[in-house]
Amino acid sequence: MKSVVCLKQVPDTETQIKVNAEGTGIATDGVKYVINPYDEFSVEEALRMKEKKKAGDVTIVAIGPSRATEAIRTALAMGADKGVHIDDEQVNNADPYTVAQTLAAAIKGLEYDVIFCGHRAIDDDFGESGAILAELLGLPQVTLVSKIEVSDDKKSAVAERDVEGGKETVEVSLPCVFTSQKGLNEPRYASLPGIMKAKKKPIDKKTLADLGVTPDPKIKPLSFSMPSERTAGKKFEGLEPAEAARTVVQALRNEAKII
Amino acid sequence: MPNVLIYGEIKAGKLKKSAFELASEGRKLADKLGGSLEAVMAGAQSEQYASELAKYGVDKVYVLDSADLETYNSEYYAQALAQVINDKKPEIVLLGHSMQGKDLAPRLAAKLGVAVIADCIGFELEDGKLIGNHPMYAGKCFTKWQALASPQIATARPNVLEVTENSKAGEVEKIAFSADKSRPTYQTKDLNLDTSGKVDLTEAEIIISGGRGMGGDDYTLLEEMAAIFGPAATVGASRAAVDAGWRKHADQVGQTGKTVTPNLYIACGISGSIQHLAGMGSSKVIVAINKDGEAPIFTKADYGIVGDLFKIVPEMNKELKELLAE
Ligand SMILES: Cc1cc2nc3c(=O)[nH]c(=O)nc-3n(C[C@H](O)[C@H](O)[C@H](O)COP(=O)(O)OP(=O)(O)OC[C@H]3O[C@@H](n4cnc5c(N)ncnc54)[C@H](O)[C@@H]3O)c2cc1C
Ligand SMILES: Nc1ncnc2c1ncn2[C@@H]1O[C@H](COP(=O)(O)O)[C@@H](O)[C@H]1O
Repeated sequence: MKSVVCLKQVPDTETQIKVNAEGTGIATDGVKYVINPYDEFSVEEALRMKEKKKAGDVTIVAIGPSRATEAIRTALAMGADKGVHIDDEQVNNADPYTVAQTLAAAIKGLEYDVIFCGHRAIDDDFGESGAILAELLGLPQVTLVSKIEVSDDKKSAVAERDVEGGKETVEVSLPCVFTSQKGLNEPRYASLPGIMKAKKKPIDKKTLADLGVTPDPKIKPLSFSMPSERTAGKKFEGLEPAEAARTVVQALRNEAKII
Repeated sequence: MPNVLIYGEIKAGKLKKSAFELASEGRKLADKLGGSLEAVMAGAQSEQYASELAKYGVDKVYVLDSADLETYNSEYYAQALAQVINDKKPEIVLLGHSMQGKDLAPRLAAKLGVAVIADCIGFELEDGKLIGNHPMYAGKCFTKWQALASPQIATARPNVLEVTENSKAGEVEKIAFSADKSRPTYQTKDLNLDTSGKVDLTEAEIIISGGRGMGGDDYTLLEEMAAIFGPAATVGASRAAVDAGWRKHADQVGQTGKTVTPNLYIACGISGSIQHLAGMGSSKVIVAINKDGEAPIFTKADYGIVGDLFKIVPEMNKELKELLAE
């Protein structure tokens, strides 16, 4: 089983996000970066497929500044075989179309049975690169998957995906693009030997020029701002349960006028 | 003419409420642009909803009548919408950021060579160009994005845009479509839908969430409260509760779960971690019930009750039952 995992490095979910002074992005000082949690599910699923079929490899493709190497190394330490790192000013903060275009160009030269994306990156929260990538490569997309069963001949898969109010089971020919949802698996931790081995695994560095991509953004950010800070309202302490309940229910009706 | 097109999503044979939100917003944008507002729906049975859409400002309704669109499929639906868009040439296209919208909009956009300003909570126009307000980092910051290419496609978060009546003609035009089956896609084998008619978390007006403080998988108290509020209310959970196996993944609220914006969010036995707050911090009114007076959730709650949820929730249910029975 040969898989490609598109992996983005994002700020840790613990990060207290602040907008920079210019309002052009977030303040990056002191931010700790991790693998996008949904991409971690992808890495795990790709590794399990390879282990189950006892053959193949897992290639990590990441776009991002030099720090993104750490995220690729972490995935290699989990067991992935090699990495492609596209580090280019023109695409490190690009719109989802340019990202997908770049991923498509990087993936075109690779051999694969499946491509994984996360169903969304938890920094930009767009959730669209996977589907755009699939269309650009002329592949089917199966988004929001929580279960994948690959056929013995590796020519098709049966997958379960989240739909509103339930699950849909689909059959898809391979190759295709899956976008990972929570519930797909529990990602493993990198082992110590894994970390040692990862140091010797190849990471291929590329620029947009290498890939022959000329960015042509379709959407652009104009400004960043902080949401109005929510402040603590009324807190009822030491009341009898019935009294506390009555007070709050009445306030919801008469003060907040919400029920 | 700079027209606006909205997509009316049909769920279980019914037009979703988000279609009225999109229509109301689309009407405003179309008026500012001096164009008309059009809607597209898939499936022959969707024609019956044309008059409802007209009430919210839709001038014209395209009904895609095709056997290939009976079951939702990202490839075929994207092909069908792309056909309508290439033919009618709207400047702006709006879809709901529902489970289906998330799947469909980017596929459609890619077919048209553009990207989606996804999951917007508001729109503006500047020099006739669409600007969408898109929360990032699960709402820890807001960003404004401008479309640079045409058509300008955006999805809107359900439950946020205001619904306003504004009667228009809503004239129906049927459009034939047959899918290009040479493009590979998946086949749906089975649809396992919850038939209880419960609303999805992201579209619920009231959410009652339980966390680790629930102590186990018995959420009856919260289910009862949701039932008292009625069909627009549902039950959510923190990741701690989901990880413990008490609730389904689909119920998780937060940065790696769902971002929700109900009118009322009631957090029971939830401490208020940064990841949980990110997912529900934009709720209109937040109520927290927690036995620890120092729990961070209280810093965001409009109304907080310090105490044991197993004593407080039953009393609230009693109060609510009385109040809402009136
Ligand atoms: C990468 C990453 C992503 C994450 N994503 C999410 C996410 O999307 N959503 C999410 O929710 N979390 C997420 N988390 C987890 C998050 O950090 C917290 O661990 C989690 O939200 C805690 O859930 P909780 O509030 O239910 O549990 P706790 O923090 O354990 O809080 C339980 C609360 O219940 C109260 N309590 C106990 N008994 C009672 C009682 N009888 N009556 C009243 N109160 C009671 C306690 O005082 C306590 O405050 C994520 C973490 C990581 C690392
Ligand atoms: N910079 C990137 N490098 C590699 N993959 C990416 C990048 N940005 C997005 N992706 C992939 O696309 C998915 C969805 O991202 P997004 O559309 O930005 O929410 C991610 O989970 C990744 O799999």
